[in-house]
Amino acid sequence: MTTLFDVYLMAGRNVRKALRTPQFILVEVLIQPVIFVLLFAFVFGGAIHVPGVSYIDFLLPGVLVQTATFGGLNTAIALTEDLRNGLMDRFWSLPMSRFSVVAGRIVADTLFSAAGVGVMVAVGMLIGFRFHGTVPQALGAIALAIATAFAFAWVAALLAVVFKTPEAVQGIGFVALFPMVFASSTFVPVGTMPSWLQVIAGHSPVTAVANAVRALSLGTSAGIEPVAAVVWLAVLSAVSGLASAAIYRGMAR
Amino acid sequence: MSQAIQVEGLRKNFGGTVALDGVELAVEEGIVFGLLGPNGAGKTTMVRILATLIRPDSGRALVSGHNVVEDAPAVRRAIGLTGQYAALDEALTAEENLILIGRLHRQSAREAKTHAWELLATVGLEDAARRPVRTYSGGMRRRADLAASVAGRPKVLFLDEPTTGLDPASRLALWELVRRMVNDGTTVLLTSQYMEEVDRLASRIAVLDHGRVIAGGTPADLKAKAGGHYIAVKVTPESSAAAVAALAPIARGEVRIEVDEVVAPVDGGDSVIDAVRRLEAAGVDIDELALRRPTLDEVFLRLTAREPVLEVVA
Repeated sequence: MTTLFDVYLMAGRNVRKALRTPQFILVEVLIQPVIFVLLFAFVFGGAIHVPGVSYIDFLLPGVLVQTATFGGLNTAIALTEDLRNGLMDRFWSLPMSRFSVVAGRIVADTLFSAAGVGVMVAVGMLIGFRFHGTVPQALGAIALAIATAFAFAWVAALLAVVFKTPEAVQGIGFVALFPMVFASSTFVPVGTMPSWLQVIAGHSPVTAVANAVRALSLGTSAGIEPVAAVVWLAVLSAVSGLASAAIYRGMAR
Repeated sequence: MSQAIQVEGLRKNFGGTVALDGVELAVEEGIVFGLLGPNGAGKTTMVRILATLIRPDSGRALVSGHNVVEDAPAVRRAIGLTGQYAALDEALTAEENLILIGRLHRQSAREAKTHAWELLATVGLEDAARRPVRTYSGGMRRRADLAASVAGRPKVLFLDEPTTGLDPASRLALWELVRRMVNDGTTVLLTSQYMEEVDRLASRIAVLDHGRVIAGGTPADLKAKAGGHYIAVKVTPESSAAAVAALAPIARGEVRIEVDEVVAPVDGGDSVIDAVRRLEAAGVDIDELALRRPTLDEVFLRLTAREPVLEVVA
Protein backbone atom coordinates (compact mmCIF):
# COMPACT_ATOMS: atom_id res chain seq x y z
CA MET A 1 0.00 0.00 0.00
CA THR A 2 2.68 2.45 1.00
CA THR A 3 4.55 1.62 -2.18
CA LEU A 4 1.46 2.40 -4.22
CA PHE A 5 1.18 5.76 -2.48
CA ASP A 6 4.80 6.55 -3.36
CA VAL A 7 4.12 5.57 -6.97
CA TYR A 8 1.11 7.87 -6.95
CA LEU A 9 3.22 10.75 -5.60
CA MET A 10 5.99 10.18 -8.13
CA ALA A 11 3.52 9.84 -11.00
CA GLY A 12 1.95 13.10 -9.84
CA ARG A 13 5.36 14.74 -9.93
CA ASN A 14 5.91 13.64 -13.51
CA VAL A 15 2.46 14.71 -14.67
CA ARG A 16 2.96 18.13 -13.10
CA LYS A 17 6.33 18.50 -14.76
CA ALA A 18 4.95 17.54 -18.14
CA LEU A 19 2.00 19.90 -17.85
CA ARG A 20 4.51 22.65 -17.11
CA THR A 21 6.31 21.85 -20.36
CA PRO A 22 3.62 22.56 -22.96
CA GLN A 23 6.00 21.64 -25.80
CA PHE A 24 6.11 18.12 -24.43
CA ILE A 25 2.36 17.74 -24.24
CA LEU A 26 1.91 19.36 -27.62
CA VAL A 27 4.45 17.16 -29.39
CA GLU A 28 3.96 13.84 -27.61
CA VAL A 29 0.24 13.85 -27.10
CA LEU A 30 -1.02 15.94 -30.00
CA ILE A 31 1.26 16.65 -32.92
CA GLN A 32 3.16 13.38 -33.16
CA PRO A 33 0.10 11.12 -33.01
CA VAL A 34 -1.72 13.27 -35.55
CA ILE A 35 1.27 13.26 -37.89
CA PHE A 36 1.70 9.52 -37.65
CA VAL A 37 -1.93 8.82 -38.44
CA LEU A 38 -2.07 11.27 -41.35
CA LEU A 39 1.32 10.33 -42.80
CA PHE A 40 0.75 6.60 -42.81
CA ALA A 41 -2.84 6.94 -43.97
CA PHE A 42 -2.07 9.20 -46.91
CA VAL A 43 1.42 7.96 -47.86
CA PHE A 44 0.75 4.23 -47.67
CA GLY A 45 -3.00 4.45 -48.13
CA GLY A 46 -2.85 4.84 -51.90
CA ALA A 47 -0.37 2.03 -52.45
CA ILE A 48 -1.42 -0.60 -50.00
CA HIS A 49 -4.62 -2.52 -50.46
CA VAL A 50 -5.57 -4.98 -47.83
CA PRO A 51 -8.25 -7.30 -49.15
CA GLY A 52 -11.62 -7.08 -47.51
CA VAL A 53 -10.96 -4.00 -45.40
CA SER A 54 -10.40 -0.29 -45.96
CA TYR A 55 -6.76 0.61 -45.32
CA ILE A 56 -7.51 3.17 -42.61
CA ASP A 57 -9.39 0.51 -40.66
CA PHE A 58 -6.41 -1.79 -41.08
CA LEU A 59 -3.85 0.92 -40.42
CA LEU A 60 -5.11 2.75 -37.35
CA PRO A 61 -4.74 -0.17 -34.92
CA GLY A 62 -1.20 -0.58 -36.26
CA VAL A 63 -0.37 3.08 -35.72
CA LEU A 64 -1.75 2.85 -32.19
CA VAL A 65 0.57 -0.05 -31.44
CA GLN A 66 3.54 1.55 -33.19
CA THR A 67 3.15 4.80 -31.21
CA ALA A 68 2.72 2.88 -27.98
CA THR A 69 5.90 0.91 -28.66
CA PHE A 70 8.08 3.90 -29.50
CA GLY A 71 6.53 5.91 -26.68
CA GLY A 72 8.58 3.82 -24.28
CA LEU A 73 11.70 5.58 -25.49
CA ASN A 74 10.48 8.80 -23.88
CA THR A 75 10.20 6.93 -20.63
CA ALA A 76 13.70 5.55 -21.00
CA ILE A 77 15.29 8.89 -21.84
CA ALA A 78 13.51 10.70 -19.02
CA LEU A 79 14.56 7.97 -16.60
CA THR A 80 18.23 8.16 -17.53
CA GLU A 81 18.05 11.91 -16.98
CA ASP A 82 16.44 11.38 -13.61
CA LEU A 83 19.04 8.81 -12.65
CA ARG A 84 22.05 10.97 -13.29
CA ASN A 85 20.54 13.97 -11.59
CA GLY A 86 21.63 14.91 -8.06
CA LEU A 87 17.97 14.56 -7.19
CA MET A 88 18.39 10.80 -6.84
CA ASP A 89 20.54 11.29 -3.75
CA ARG A 90 17.65 13.07 -2.16
CA PHE A 91 15.05 10.51 -3.21
CA TRP A 92 17.24 7.62 -2.12
CA SER A 93 17.74 9.13 1.31
CA LEU A 94 13.97 9.46 1.78
CA PRO A 95 11.76 6.83 3.38
CA MET A 96 10.12 5.97 0.06
CA SER A 97 9.99 2.89 -2.08
CA ARG A 98 13.02 3.48 -4.26
CA PHE A 99 11.50 1.76 -7.25
CA SER A 100 8.58 4.18 -7.20
CA VAL A 101 10.86 6.61 -9.09
CA VAL A 102 10.69 4.21 -12.05
CA ALA A 103 7.13 3.03 -11.54
CA GLY A 104 5.85 6.59 -11.11
CA ARG A 105 7.47 7.58 -14.39
CA ILE A 106 5.84 4.65 -16.17
CA VAL A 107 2.41 5.39 -14.75
CA ALA A 108 2.67 9.04 -15.83
CA ASP A 109 3.90 8.15 -19.31
CA THR A 110 1.13 5.59 -19.70
CA LEU A 111 -1.38 8.34 -18.94
CA PHE A 112 0.12 10.49 -21.69
CA SER A 113 0.09 7.54 -24.07
CA ALA A 114 -3.58 7.03 -23.27
CA ALA A 115 -4.25 10.65 -24.20
CA GLY A 116 -2.29 10.09 -27.43
CA VAL A 117 -4.39 7.03 -28.23
CA GLY A 118 -7.51 9.14 -27.80
CA VAL A 119 -6.14 11.76 -30.17
CA MET A 120 -5.23 9.17 -32.79
CA VAL A 121 -8.61 7.50 -32.69
CA ALA A 122 -10.28 10.89 -33.05
CA VAL A 123 -8.11 11.91 -36.01
CA GLY A 124 -8.59 8.48 -37.55
CA MET A 125 -12.32 8.87 -37.33
CA LEU A 126 -12.11 12.22 -39.11
CA ILE A 127 -10.51 10.49 -42.08
CA GLY A 128 -12.75 7.48 -42.19
CA PHE A 129 -11.73 5.08 -39.46
CA ARG A 130 -14.55 3.25 -37.71
CA PHE A 131 -14.86 0.60 -35.02
CA HIS A 132 -16.85 -2.21 -36.60
CA GLY A 133 -17.42 -4.39 -33.55
CA THR A 134 -19.33 -4.00 -30.33
CA VAL A 135 -18.71 -1.25 -27.80
CA PRO A 136 -16.87 -3.62 -25.44
CA GLN A 137 -14.67 -4.68 -28.37
CA ALA A 138 -13.87 -1.06 -29.20
CA LEU A 139 -13.06 -0.33 -25.58
CA GLY A 140 -10.96 -3.48 -25.48
CA ALA A 141 -8.99 -2.30 -28.50
CA ILE A 142 -8.27 1.01 -26.83
CA ALA A 143 -7.38 -0.63 -23.53
CA LEU A 144 -5.03 -3.02 -25.28
CA ALA A 145 -3.26 -0.15 -27.06
CA ILE A 146 -2.75 1.58 -23.70
CA ALA A 147 -1.57 -1.66 -22.13
CA THR A 148 0.99 -1.91 -24.94
CA ALA A 149 2.35 1.51 -24.01
CA PHE A 150 2.57 0.39 -20.40
CA ALA A 151 4.40 -2.84 -21.25
CA PHE A 152 6.90 -1.20 -23.59
CA ALA A 153 7.55 1.49 -21.01
CA TRP A 154 8.79 -1.31 -18.74
CA VAL A 155 10.98 -2.65 -21.53
CA ALA A 156 12.33 0.87 -21.94
CA ALA A 157 12.92 1.19 -18.19
CA LEU A 158 15.08 -1.91 -18.44
CA LEU A 159 17.06 -0.29 -21.28
CA ALA A 160 17.42 2.82 -19.13
CA VAL A 161 18.90 1.08 -16.09
CA VAL A 162 21.16 -1.10 -18.26
CA PHE A 163 22.51 1.55 -20.64
CA LYS A 164 22.19 4.58 -18.35
CA THR A 165 22.82 7.47 -20.77
CA PRO A 166 20.09 9.09 -22.88
CA GLU A 167 22.25 8.77 -26.01
CA ALA A 168 22.83 5.05 -25.58
CA VAL A 169 19.20 4.39 -24.75
CA GLN A 170 17.97 6.34 -27.74
CA GLY A 171 20.39 4.64 -30.13
CA ILE A 172 19.83 1.12 -28.89
CA GLY A 173 16.11 1.69 -28.49
CA PHE A 174 15.70 2.68 -32.13
CA VAL A 175 17.90 -0.10 -33.43
CA ALA A 176 15.93 -2.66 -31.44
CA LEU A 177 12.45 -1.24 -31.88
CA PHE A 178 12.47 -0.21 -35.53
CA PRO A 179 12.82 -3.69 -37.04
CA MET A 180 10.53 -5.09 -34.40
CA VAL A 181 7.76 -2.62 -35.17
CA PHE A 182 8.09 -2.67 -38.95
CA ALA A 183 8.64 -6.41 -39.28
CA SER A 184 5.20 -7.05 -37.89
CA SER A 185 1.59 -6.66 -38.85
CA THR A 186 1.44 -2.99 -37.80
CA PHE A 187 1.32 -1.49 -41.32
CA VAL A 188 0.98 -4.41 -43.75
CA PRO A 189 -0.38 -7.96 -43.54
CA VAL A 190 2.40 -10.38 -42.59
CA GLY A 191 1.34 -12.61 -45.52
CA THR A 192 2.82 -10.10 -48.01
CA MET A 193 6.34 -10.49 -46.59
CA PRO A 194 9.01 -12.95 -47.79
CA SER A 195 8.59 -16.25 -46.05
CA TRP A 196 11.71 -15.95 -43.82
CA LEU A 197 10.47 -12.59 -42.55
CA GLN A 198 6.99 -14.02 -42.03
CA VAL A 199 8.52 -16.41 -39.53
CA ILE A 200 10.03 -13.56 -37.57
CA ALA A 201 7.06 -11.21 -37.90
CA GLY A 202 4.61 -13.96 -37.12
CA HIS A 203 6.23 -14.55 -33.74
CA SER A 204 6.72 -10.91 -32.84
CA PRO A 205 4.88 -9.60 -29.79
CA VAL A 206 4.17 -6.48 -31.82
CA THR A 207 2.30 -8.59 -34.36
CA ALA A 208 0.38 -10.33 -31.62
CA VAL A 209 -0.70 -7.03 -30.15
CA ALA A 210 -1.42 -5.33 -33.49
CA ASN A 211 -3.52 -8.32 -34.60
CA ALA A 212 -5.48 -8.24 -31.38
CA VAL A 213 -6.16 -4.49 -31.45
CA ARG A 214 -7.14 -4.82 -35.12
CA ALA A 215 -9.38 -7.81 -34.56
CA LEU A 216 -11.17 -6.00 -31.75
CA SER A 217 -11.63 -2.79 -33.72
CA LEU A 218 -12.80 -4.64 -36.84
CA GLY A 219 -15.09 -6.70 -34.68
CA THR A 220 -13.73 -9.96 -36.05
CA SER A 221 -12.09 -11.21 -32.89
CA ALA A 222 -12.59 -14.88 -32.25
CA GLY A 223 -11.17 -14.40 -28.79
CA ILE A 224 -7.73 -15.91 -29.20
CA GLU A 225 -5.85 -12.81 -30.44
CA PRO A 226 -6.58 -10.64 -27.39
CA VAL A 227 -5.59 -13.48 -25.09
CA ALA A 228 -2.29 -13.95 -26.89
CA ALA A 229 -1.66 -10.21 -26.78
CA VAL A 230 -2.44 -9.94 -23.10
CA VAL A 231 -0.12 -12.85 -22.33
CA TRP A 232 2.67 -11.24 -24.35
CA LEU A 233 2.23 -7.87 -22.64
CA ALA A 234 2.05 -9.42 -19.19
CA VAL A 235 5.24 -11.38 -19.81
CA LEU A 236 7.06 -8.35 -21.21
CA SER A 237 5.98 -6.14 -18.29
CA ALA A 238 6.77 -8.72 -15.65
CA VAL A 239 10.17 -9.76 -17.01
CA SER A 240 11.45 -6.27 -17.71
CA GLY A 241 9.84 -4.89 -14.56
CA LEU A 242 11.50 -7.46 -12.33
CA ALA A 243 14.83 -7.20 -14.13
CA SER A 244 14.91 -3.41 -14.02
CA ALA A 245 13.86 -3.44 -10.36
CA ALA A 246 16.74 -5.78 -9.54
CA ILE A 247 19.29 -3.72 -11.46
CA TYR A 248 17.91 -0.47 -10.07
CA ARG A 249 18.18 -1.70 -6.50
CA GLY A 250 21.80 -2.59 -7.22
CA MET A 251 22.45 0.94 -8.46
CA ALA A 252 20.89 2.49 -5.42
CA ARG A 253 23.68 2.02 -2.96
CA MET B 1 22.99 11.60 26.80
CA SER B 2 22.04 9.28 23.98
CA GLN B 3 23.89 9.26 20.71
CA ALA B 4 22.43 10.57 17.47
CA ILE B 5 25.26 9.05 15.46
CA GLN B 6 27.56 6.25 16.43
CA VAL B 7 30.26 4.98 14.13
CA GLU B 8 32.67 2.13 14.81
CA GLY B 9 35.53 0.97 12.63
CA LEU B 10 33.94 2.23 9.45
CA ARG B 11 35.82 1.35 6.26
CA LYS B 12 35.11 2.01 2.64
CA ASN B 13 37.25 1.48 -0.46
CA PHE B 14 36.52 2.65 -3.96
CA GLY B 15 38.50 0.37 -6.22
CA GLY B 16 42.01 0.63 -4.83
CA THR B 17 41.42 3.95 -3.08
CA VAL B 18 40.82 3.95 0.64
CA ALA B 19 38.13 6.51 1.41
CA LEU B 20 37.47 5.58 5.03
CA ASP B 21 40.08 3.78 7.04
CA GLY B 22 38.44 2.78 10.30
CA VAL B 23 36.48 5.84 11.41
CA GLU B 24 35.25 6.08 15.00
CA LEU B 25 32.75 8.77 15.83
CA ALA B 26 30.06 9.53 18.38
CA VAL B 27 27.72 12.47 18.10
CA GLU B 28 25.44 13.46 20.95
CA GLU B 29 21.83 14.31 20.32
CA GLY B 30 20.85 17.92 19.81
CA ILE B 31 24.19 19.45 18.88
CA VAL B 32 25.93 20.70 15.77
CA PHE B 33 28.85 18.44 15.06
CA GLY B 34 31.49 19.66 12.65
CA LEU B 35 33.33 17.18 10.48
CA LEU B 36 36.37 18.98 9.17
CA GLY B 37 38.77 17.82 6.56
CA PRO B 38 40.58 18.73 3.39
CA ASN B 39 39.32 17.64 -0.02
CA GLY B 40 39.43 13.89 -0.35
CA ALA B 41 39.56 13.29 3.41
CA GLY B 42 36.46 11.10 3.26
CA LYS B 43 33.83 13.56 4.52
CA THR B 44 31.38 13.00 1.70
CA THR B 45 31.84 9.22 1.79
CA MET B 46 31.08 9.36 5.49
CA VAL B 47 27.89 11.35 4.95
CA ARG B 48 26.78 9.12 2.09
CA ILE B 49 27.15 6.03 4.25
CA LEU B 50 25.27 7.62 7.14
CA ALA B 51 22.53 8.74 4.74
CA THR B 52 22.19 5.14 3.43
CA LEU B 53 23.27 6.09 -0.09
CA ILE B 54 26.25 3.74 -0.09
CA ARG B 55 27.19 0.79 2.07
CA PRO B 56 30.33 0.54 4.16
CA ASP B 57 32.74 -2.33 3.44
CA SER B 58 33.01 -3.05 7.14
CA GLY B 59 32.33 -1.48 10.49
CA ARG B 60 29.08 -0.31 11.99
CA ALA B 61 27.13 2.91 11.87
CA LEU B 62 24.00 3.80 13.80
CA VAL B 63 21.93 6.87 13.07
CA SER B 64 19.23 7.72 15.58
CA GLY B 65 19.74 4.22 16.96
CA HIS B 66 19.23 2.42 13.65
CA ASN B 67 21.83 0.50 11.69
CA VAL B 68 22.43 2.17 8.33
CA VAL B 69 22.77 -1.17 6.53
CA GLU B 70 20.30 -3.48 8.25
CA ASP B 71 17.66 -0.93 9.07
CA ALA B 72 18.08 1.63 6.29
CA PRO B 73 14.34 2.47 6.01
CA ALA B 74 14.24 3.49 9.69
CA VAL B 75 17.36 5.62 9.18
CA ARG B 76 15.75 7.31 6.16
CA ARG B 77 12.72 8.21 8.23
CA ALA B 78 14.99 10.01 10.68
CA ILE B 79 17.34 11.95 8.43
CA GLY B 80 17.60 14.89 6.07
CA LEU B 81 20.42 15.48 3.61
CA THR B 82 21.87 18.44 1.79
CA GLY B 83 24.71 17.55 -0.52
CA GLN B 84 27.12 19.76 -2.36
CA TYR B 85 24.75 20.24 -5.27
CA ALA B 86 21.16 21.30 -5.07
CA ALA B 87 19.03 18.17 -5.33
CA LEU B 88 15.73 19.57 -6.45
CA ASP B 89 13.34 18.91 -9.25
CA GLU B 90 14.08 21.87 -11.48
CA ALA B 91 10.77 21.76 -13.29
CA LEU B 92 8.78 21.94 -10.07
CA THR B 93 8.38 24.97 -7.84
CA ALA B 94 10.07 25.16 -4.45
CA GLU B 95 6.66 24.72 -2.85
CA GLU B 96 5.99 21.57 -4.85
CA ASN B 97 9.44 20.17 -4.08
CA LEU B 98 8.94 20.65 -0.36
CA ILE B 99 5.41 19.28 -0.34
CA LEU B 100 6.51 16.20 -2.30
CA ILE B 101 9.19 15.45 0.27
CA GLY B 102 6.82 16.03 3.17
CA ARG B 103 4.30 13.69 1.56
CA LEU B 104 6.95 11.03 0.98
CA HIS B 105 7.58 11.34 4.72
CA ARG B 106 3.91 10.52 5.20
CA GLN B 107 2.79 13.97 6.25
CA SER B 108 -0.81 14.76 5.40
CA ALA B 109 -1.36 17.05 2.43
CA ARG B 110 -2.29 19.93 4.70
CA GLU B 111 0.60 19.38 7.12
CA ALA B 112 3.10 19.16 4.26
CA LYS B 113 1.84 22.41 2.81
CA THR B 114 1.85 24.34 6.09
CA HIS B 115 5.31 23.11 6.91
CA ALA B 116 6.58 23.92 3.41
CA TRP B 117 5.49 27.53 3.78
CA GLU B 118 7.08 27.83 7.23
CA LEU B 119 10.36 26.65 5.77
CA LEU B 120 10.09 28.88 2.71
CA ALA B 121 9.64 31.84 5.03
CA THR B 122 12.67 30.81 7.08
CA VAL B 123 14.93 30.68 4.03
CA GLY B 124 13.37 33.80 2.51
CA LEU B 125 11.84 32.20 -0.55
CA GLU B 126 8.18 33.05 -0.04
CA ASP B 127 8.08 35.32 -3.08
CA ALA B 128 9.70 32.79 -5.38
CA ALA B 129 7.94 29.75 -3.94
CA ARG B 130 5.61 29.30 -6.91
CA ARG B 131 8.21 29.65 -9.61
CA PRO B 132 9.97 26.63 -11.08
CA VAL B 133 13.32 26.06 -9.40
CA ARG B 134 15.09 26.31 -12.75
CA THR B 135 14.46 30.07 -12.69
CA TYR B 136 16.33 30.47 -9.37
CA SER B 137 19.77 31.94 -8.79
CA GLY B 138 22.45 29.69 -7.32
CA GLY B 139 21.93 31.04 -3.83
CA MET B 140 18.15 30.64 -3.98
CA ARG B 141 18.58 27.10 -5.19
CA ARG B 142 20.80 26.20 -2.26
CA ARG B 143 18.37 27.76 0.18
CA ALA B 144 15.51 25.83 -1.37
CA ASP B 145 17.62 22.70 -1.20
CA LEU B 146 18.31 23.29 2.45
CA ALA B 147 14.62 23.75 3.15
CA ALA B 148 13.99 20.50 1.25
CA SER B 149 16.44 18.67 3.49
CA VAL B 150 14.40 19.54 6.57
CA ALA B 151 10.95 19.18 4.99
CA GLY B 152 10.67 15.70 6.50
CA ARG B 153 11.33 17.04 10.02
CA PRO B 154 14.55 15.05 10.42
CA LYS B 155 16.00 14.12 13.79
CA VAL B 156 19.44 14.06 12.25
CA LEU B 157 20.41 16.47 9.50
CA PHE B 158 23.45 16.00 7.28
CA LEU B 159 24.87 19.09 5.67
CA ASP B 160 27.70 18.20 3.32
CA GLU B 161 29.66 21.38 2.64
CA PRO B 162 26.44 23.33 2.48
CA THR B 163 27.96 26.76 2.00
CA THR B 164 30.33 25.89 -0.84
CA GLY B 165 29.78 28.58 -3.44
CA LEU B 166 27.13 30.33 -1.40
CA ASP B 167 26.77 34.10 -1.33
CA PRO B 168 27.09 35.77 2.10
CA ALA B 169 23.36 36.41 2.50
CA SER B 170 22.50 32.79 1.76
CA ARG B 171 25.26 31.65 4.10
CA LEU B 172 23.73 33.66 6.93
CA ALA B 173 20.27 32.26 6.14
CA LEU B 174 21.74 28.78 6.28
CA TRP B 175 23.40 29.38 9.63
CA GLU B 176 20.15 30.79 10.96
CA LEU B 177 18.22 27.72 9.84
CA VAL B 178 20.80 25.41 11.39
CA ARG B 179 20.49 27.22 14.73
CA ARG B 180 16.75 26.99 14.56
CA MET B 181 16.86 23.28 13.80
CA VAL B 182 19.15 22.65 16.75
CA ASN B 183 16.89 24.65 19.05
CA ASP B 184 14.10 22.31 18.01
CA GLY B 185 16.23 19.33 19.04
CA THR B 186 17.68 18.27 15.70
CA THR B 187 21.22 16.94 15.57
CA VAL B 188 23.26 18.41 12.75
CA LEU B 189 26.33 16.86 11.19
CA LEU B 190 28.07 19.53 9.18
CA THR B 191 31.04 18.88 6.95
CA SER B 192 33.17 21.77 5.91
CA GLN B 193 36.52 22.95 4.76
CA TYR B 194 35.80 26.33 6.28
CA MET B 195 37.01 26.55 9.84
CA GLU B 196 35.12 29.76 10.42
CA GLU B 197 31.86 28.02 9.73
CA VAL B 198 32.55 25.12 12.04
CA ASP B 199 33.92 27.41 14.73
CA ARG B 200 30.76 29.45 14.58
CA LEU B 201 28.23 26.65 14.51
CA ALA B 202 29.64 23.46 15.96
CA SER B 203 30.06 22.61 19.60
CA ARG B 204 32.01 19.45 18.76
CA ILE B 205 34.47 18.82 15.99
CA ALA B 206 36.24 15.87 14.48
CA VAL B 207 39.05 16.32 11.99
CA LEU B 208 39.12 13.75 9.22
CA ASP B 209 42.22 13.18 7.15
CA HIS B 210 43.03 10.31 4.81
CA GLY B 211 39.92 8.48 6.00
CA ARG B 212 40.75 8.62 9.70
CA VAL B 213 39.70 10.84 12.57
CA ILE B 214 42.94 12.50 13.62
CA ALA B 215 41.59 14.85 16.27
CA GLY B 216 38.36 15.65 18.03
CA GLY B 217 36.80 17.69 20.79
CA THR B 218 35.34 21.14 21.29
CA PRO B 219 36.68 24.00 19.17
CA ALA B 220 38.52 25.23 22.28
CA ASP B 221 40.08 21.79 22.84
CA LEU B 222 41.39 21.74 19.33
CA LYS B 223 42.80 25.22 19.54
CA ALA B 224 44.52 24.32 22.77
CA LYS B 225 45.90 21.17 21.18
CA ALA B 226 47.61 23.18 18.49
CA GLY B 227 49.40 25.36 20.99
CA GLY B 228 48.39 27.96 23.53
CA HIS B 229 48.09 31.70 23.40
CA TYR B 230 50.40 34.09 21.72
CA ILE B 231 50.95 37.80 21.96
CA ALA B 232 51.03 39.91 18.83
CA VAL B 233 52.49 43.44 19.09
CA LYS B 234 52.34 45.99 16.35
CA VAL B 235 55.45 48.16 16.40
CA THR B 236 57.42 50.42 14.08
CA PRO B 237 60.01 48.62 11.94
CA GLU B 238 62.91 50.29 13.82
CA SER B 239 61.81 48.99 17.21
CA SER B 240 60.92 45.46 16.16
CA ALA B 241 64.34 44.08 17.07
CA ALA B 242 64.07 45.63 20.54
CA ALA B 243 60.60 44.16 20.96
CA VAL B 244 61.86 40.67 20.04
CA ALA B 245 64.60 40.96 22.62
CA ALA B 246 62.17 42.24 25.27
CA LEU B 247 59.69 39.40 24.76
CA ALA B 248 62.21 36.56 24.44
CA PRO B 249 62.50 35.88 28.21
CA ILE B 250 58.76 35.27 28.63
CA ALA B 251 58.15 33.44 25.35
CA ARG B 252 57.54 29.69 25.30
CA GLY B 253 59.20 29.41 21.94
CA GLU B 254 60.78 31.44 19.19
CA VAL B 255 59.68 35.07 18.89
CA ARG B 256 59.06 35.92 15.24
CA ILE B 257 58.56 39.04 13.21
CA GLU B 258 55.54 38.68 10.91
CA VAL B 259 55.08 41.64 8.57
CA ASP B 260 54.47 44.53 10.99
CA GLU B 261 53.88 42.37 14.05
CA VAL B 262 56.09 40.73 16.59
CA VAL B 263 54.56 37.41 17.59
CA ALA B 264 55.49 35.57 20.78
CA PRO B 265 53.98 32.30 22.00
CA VAL B 266 53.14 32.61 25.71
CA ASP B 267 51.66 30.51 28.50
CA GLY B 268 48.44 32.36 29.26
CA GLY B 269 46.59 35.58 29.79
CA ASP B 270 48.73 36.67 32.76
CA SER B 271 51.74 37.17 30.54
CA VAL B 272 50.13 40.20 28.88
CA ILE B 273 50.92 42.51 31.79
CA ASP B 274 54.44 41.15 31.96
CA ALA B 275 54.89 41.72 28.24
CA VAL B 276 53.67 45.31 28.42
CA ARG B 277 56.09 46.07 31.28
CA ARG B 278 59.03 44.58 29.46
CA LEU B 279 58.22 46.40 26.21
CA GLU B 280 57.87 49.67 28.12
CA ALA B 281 61.18 49.10 29.89
CA ALA B 282 62.85 48.48 26.54
CA GLY B 283 61.41 51.77 25.25
CA VAL B 284 59.28 50.17 22.53
CA ASP B 285 56.29 52.19 21.33
CA ILE B 286 53.29 49.87 21.27
CA ASP B 287 50.92 50.61 18.44
CA GLU B 288 48.62 47.66 19.11
CA LEU B 289 48.88 44.63 21.36
CA ALA B 290 46.72 41.54 21.33
CA LEU B 291 46.51 38.21 23.07
CA ARG B 292 45.40 35.60 20.58
CA ARG B 293 44.56 31.96 20.33
CA PRO B 294 45.38 30.06 17.20
CA THR B 295 42.58 30.08 14.67
CA LEU B 296 41.07 26.75 13.70
CA ASP B 297 42.70 27.24 10.33
CA GLU B 298 46.08 27.07 11.98
CA VAL B 299 44.98 24.07 14.04
CA PHE B 300 43.72 22.37 10.97
CA LEU B 301 46.83 22.94 8.94
CA ARG B 302 48.98 21.77 11.79
CA LEU B 303 46.92 18.62 12.33
CA THR B 304 46.76 17.65 8.70
CA ALA B 305 50.40 18.65 8.28
CA ARG B 306 49.82 20.45 5.08
CA GLU B 307 51.56 23.54 3.86
CA PRO B 308 49.36 26.60 4.15
CA VAL B 309 47.95 27.37 0.75
CA LEU B 310 47.02 30.83 -0.39
CA GLU B 311 43.38 30.65 -1.13
CA VAL B 312 40.75 33.16 -2.04
CA VAL B 313 37.74 32.49 0.09
CA ALA B 314 34.62 34.28 -1.02
